[in-house]
Amino acid sequence: MSDKQPVLELRNVDKSFGPIDVLHEISLKVGEGEVLCLLGDNGAGKSTLIKTLAGVHQPTRGEIIMDGAPTTFSSPREAQERGIATVHQFGGTYPLMSIGHNFFMGVEPTKGFWPFKVYDREKANRIAVEEVQKMGITRITDGDRLVGGLSGGERQSLAIARAVYFGARVLILDEPTAALGVKQAAHVLRIVNEAKRRGLAVIFITHQVMHAMAVGDHFAVLIRGAIAADFRKGDKTREEIADLMAGGESMADLEANIEGYMESHEGHVPPPVH
Amino acid sequence: MTDTTTDSNVAPASGGISLAEFFRSPAAGAFMGFVVVFVVFAIFGFSRNFLSIPGITTWVNFASLVGIIAIPVGFLMIAGELDISTGAVLPAGAMTVAILCGHYELPVLVGILGALCVGALVGFINGFIVTRTEVPSFIVTLATLFAVAGLTLYLSILFINNTNSFYHAPDWAKALFGGKVFGFNSSVFWWIALVTAFYFFLHKSPKGAWVFALGGDQESARNAGIPVRGLKIGLFMLCSICAAFAGALQVITFNSATSQANFGLIFNTIISVVVGGVLLTGGFGTVMGIVFGVLTLAIVTQAIGFTEIDRNLSFLIIGVMLLIAVLMNDTFRNLATSWSTSKKK
Ligand SMILES: Nc1ncnc2c1ncn2[C@@H]1O[C@H](COP(=O)(O)OP(=O)(O)O)[C@@H](O)[C@H]1O
Ligand SMILES: [Mg+2]
Repeated sequence: MSDKQPVLELRNVDKSFGPIDVLHEISLKVGEGEVLCLLGDNGAGKSTLIKTLAGVHQPTRGEIIMDGAPTTFSSPREAQERGIATVHQFGGTYPLMSIGHNFFMGVEPTKGFWPFKVYDREKANRIAVEEVQKMGITRITDGDRLVGGLSGGERQSLAIARAVYFGARVLILDEPTAALGVKQAAHVLRIVNEAKRRGLAVIFITHQVMHAMAVGDHFAVLIRGAIAADFRKGDKTREEIADLMAGGESMADLEANIEGYMESHEGHVPPPVH
Repeated sequence: MTDTTTDSNVAPASGGISLAEFFRSPAAGAFMGFVVVFVVFAIFGFSRNFLSIPGITTWVNFASLVGIIAIPVGFLMIAGELDISTGAVLPAGAMTVAILCGHYELPVLVGILGALCVGALVGFINGFIVTRTEVPSFIVTLATLFAVAGLTLYLSILFINNTNSFYHAPDWAKALFGGKVFGFNSSVFWWIALVTAFYFFLHKSPKGAWVFALGGDQESARNAGIPVRGLKIGLFMLCSICAAFAGALQVITFNSATSQANFGLIFNTIISVVVGGVLLTGGFGTVMGIVFGVLTLAIVTQAIGFTEIDRNLSFLIIGVMLLIAVLMNDTFRNLATSWSTSKKK
């Protein structure tokens, strides 16, 4: 990564909402075909950070650099046009609309001539199903199905496939696996890897260390709005990362306690701490 | 990413539009509701002229005026908004035509255009306030309902010193906007034309999906580049313009107008839309469903006199129908959004 120019970079970005400082001197970068995992507990400022990247918020101080040039995104629309796609926790989808409609929302393919231009349902459905299948979701075969009938993982996959199809260069995923079961989460992680293989720069937000470890090349831990740790794959163990996220030694202490308890109590765990 | 490439848990057989799927959709519910009501009324009205020309035209004529307004009200509900100002915009439109053409003797087209402008203005105000503030559209349009109703009364007294007015349109205008063909008012044909246009817009044109997106997830819609504010303001304007147009048709048909607010219209449009299968929470609905909702409501409220059913039962029937419709719509939504969990083994 050191040799290649990053696609997107933050330099010393601060973000305040009035008197409340949420982000402090954030510096990050992500390059093509790379997954940056952003870890952090609830309230650490992860969502604020990605909203700043996606043009929802503008940094209070510091700069956003895209392809080496300082940039500002005045709106989500502008960030999107520059190739930054954000997929929210629930896929940002319309549950009561078809897969085809969801896939092409806002950029519907048409056929016929004005004023009788109609939505080209067959084309939309065909492309949507093709693209989702290309991402490895072979269970989706009918573009007319309502998205509400898909599983959480399939919905995420649909949203990611959409971003890839429309030429996203940076894919931001806000806790895509948080609400999913183990199998569904594995699905999504596989698709993250697929997006990476296709050369997208992926920013993956999560508070599940295991999920981060499964796809990440580069990790940043956010604590109370500041980057507490920034390291590459293999530099730290899962336990070390969990410790960092929890804000220091408390997690290790807890684990040591539990282990000690189990040793002296024939393998039983202690009652939960209140 | 090597394993589980073949976890094909056998996708549910979903070959095109199956009959079962049709019967699960709320539009089909509205259609079947209509058929049931029609058949029951036809049986009880067989000896009371329910199936005669006057028996049919009574409720169809009523349906046309409600229906012209109910479809854009339905669009708004699909987009997650409510408009109850229609009850004041219809009389405002009617009085505009009556005052401009009846009192000041301006050409009829000027009167109709004036009414449409009044509608456009009220709709714009509704849409503007709803999109710029956090105030729910129910409250915004409740406020404009009273404001417009009050203003209509005040201005009627100011201009013609009367809350009612009369207007006889020239023959050609009467034929076009207020005539009768086999007992069917012109408004029926206007309704059919508008249903066609609205159907095309919502279900065929590429922009129709945007209306659903507004009600489905406004934030995502904005991120997808859909002009959320403009579209919403446009829908509010469409709704008020249709209400004003219905007012214009009414005054040309019946030769008279009143400035009293039409509170019944508010209930009629909303009941029709819900019975027509539009979800109260937005994001789903169909034009044909609303059409059947309007027709069902019209039969129950207007044609009951042509049957042996006690007139006083009509409100009871409406209430029960509304409850059944809401429950069915809810069931539909739950079915549609829990497919994956139900098919899990
Ligand atoms: N618009 C805002 N105005 C004021 N404070 C905000 C705003 N958005 C987020 N915050 C605050 O910033 C902190 C971080 O929030 P968030 O970015 O949502 O964290 P995370 O996504 O990591 O859980 C929270 O304390 C939250 O209250
Ligand atoms: Mg968050």
